[in-house]
Amino acid sequence: MSETKSNRREFLATGTQLVLLTGAAAVAWEHVMAGSPEKAPNYKTTEHWWAMTIDIEKCIGCGNCVRACKTENDVKEEFFRTWVERYHVEGTEMERPEVDSPNGGFDGFREKYKAGENSKNFFVPKLCNHCSHSPCTQVCPVGATFESPDGVVLADKTYCVGCRYCVQACPYGCRYIDPRTETVDKCSLCYHRITKGLTTACCETCPTGTRKLGDLKNPADPIHEFLQSHKVQVLKPQMATGSKLYYNGLDGSVR
Amino acid sequence: MEHILAGVEGFMYPNEVELQWSILIVLYPYLTGLVAGAFILASLERVFNVEAVKPTYRLALLTALSFMIVAPLPLQLHLGHPERSLEMMMTPHLTSAMAMFGFVYLWYLMVVLVLEIWLDYRKEIVLKARSTTGALRLVYKAMSLGVDNISEESLAIDHKVGTFLTIVGIPSAFLLHGYVGFIFGSIKANPWWSTPLMPIVFLFSAIVSGIATVMLIYMAITAVRGGKIDMRCVDTIARYLMYAFIVDFSLEMLDLIHRIYEADESFKSLDFMVHTRLYTSQVILQIVIGTLIPIGLLVMAQLVKLTDGARKGLYSLTGVLTLVGIFSMRWNVVIGGQLFSKSFLGYTTYKMGFATKEGLLPAIILMVLPFVILWVLVKLLPPWEEEAAAGPGEGI
Repeated sequence: MSETKSNRREFLATGTQLVLLTGAAAVAWEHVMAGSPEKAPNYKTTEHWWAMTIDIEKCIGCGNCVRACKTENDVKEEFFRTWVERYHVEGTEMERPEVDSPNGGFDGFREKYKAGENSKNFFVPKLCNHCSHSPCTQVCPVGATFESPDGVVLADKTYCVGCRYCVQACPYGCRYIDPRTETVDKCSLCYHRITKGLTTACCETCPTGTRKLGDLKNPADPIHEFLQSHKVQVLKPQMATGSKLYYNGLDGSVR
Repeated sequence: MEHILAGVEGFMYPNEVELQWSILIVLYPYLTGLVAGAFILASLERVFNVEAVKPTYRLALLTALSFMIVAPLPLQLHLGHPERSLEMMMTPHLTSAMAMFGFVYLWYLMVVLVLEIWLDYRKEIVLKARSTTGALRLVYKAMSLGVDNISEESLAIDHKVGTFLTIVGIPSAFLLHGYVGFIFGSIKANPWWSTPLMPIVFLFSAIVSGIATVMLIYMAITAVRGGKIDMRCVDTIARYLMYAFIVDFSLEMLDLIHRIYEADESFKSLDFMVHTRLYTSQVILQIVIGTLIPIGLLVMAQLVKLTDGARKGLYSLTGVLTLVGIFSMRWNVVIGGQLFSKSFLGYTTYKMGFATKEGLLPAIILMVLPFVILWVLVKLLPPWEEEAAAGPGEGI
């Protein structure tokens, strides 16, 4: 009698475990397959506010970020979600810098300028500024491009009409029309990665730590320390777009 | 990459090399401008009682309608996903200037233009529906919307409502084209566009182009019909054209002088562009050939006593030059605004296709289309009073 009881208890325990495990596996599998944060309950859009710091003094112009972005996001050859510019400023010629960005910096930069000689050279990585008062989302006639609650400017390819108004409205040249879909494309701050706890492809592959993704809503994020200890600037501050790309060492000649 | 960078000078942000808005977007403000201008001319007679321009009243309305019907087509053709264009009206994004286009357009087309034309032609439509036969009778029946009361009292009401509509129509015409100017003028990222003067400059250039178009069409149609051009009418139109032109030119010069005097960060870049890539279209075509010469000719017609024949020739030349000038102005705004980099360090080139979706050929077709529509409208609704009065059933 007791043996039967014990068997029954074992059966129930094993059965319960199985049911629970299957359920857990099903939930876990759903997370693995989650395409959007709504389906991943461990990520809450309202708990984050994404930004990026870019330390110009660390950038060596290797182009790793550009290559990683192209691969990660399937960016078409002639367009760029991120690119790197090389600045050459002679003496006091702040208003007339020499700038180039061959193939967006994809292949790195061939040596062109010698150090010194009363001039300076530096690299400036660029990408969408993920503005909090973004002029591009303001003008979209259908709301296909929008600021997400976690501070990322995204574009919905299934809704975009392809009018190109947002491309005109972006002061930084960060948007383009993908000829394959005839809709707008831009940096998504690797939204598919950051909502799963990863960093962006460009930050991941930067060998010098020039770019760092930061969550301004996370008090423990090192971005706070960086912003406190560096003299940072945003691009084109006169545009008042609420840009969230904070550059350290940004020269006045950069536009 | 080399083929993409052909035509680029200096530094452009990598995504800027290709122009976003083509010749079709040049046509859009050009066409809506003609609509607004033609309507303003029509309202001169109706609201401001300028009797002399009466022979062009109905023609101006039909011209406005013809161009209005075509106005959204270049936009539609330009969209990457035209099948989604209705979303702009179904789910408009309220902070977008562009999202308002559908509403402004429909208001103007349906409430102002179509209704005003219908009220004005109602009597003729009903008479035609009674006198014609076959398919044409059905067309007129449909156009009468089932209303066949053409008693004196009923027509008097039509006239009152029509006048009210014209009064509503004037601010609507201002809204239509001022709004088109706002689409460009509100883009702070682009210093070539971003000026509060843009809507008002667009508006006055619209009035200029609309008046010139109606004047040319009136003279051409009357000549083709073998009729006599009413010189008092054309002289009056030319005088109004001159007034509008002087205001338009003053506003454009104000903008230019302001830019030169302020010389902000974008000035060197834009100044260089005007002296190089835009020189022909801006300085030669827009300012000299398209503005100064026509204003000079119009002033001459006021000061010097000329024969009727000479004035006809002078007005025709003025009209054509004016339209060239206003088209150049639209071109310089739309295309010129995309030729320089937002970094102010470089320039690109506009490469226009021919038989492509946004090439020259569709642009030409879209420019011819309003005239085809106008021809049909004139056939259906003859704008000449004397023939309308001569009785139904007569040709035009």
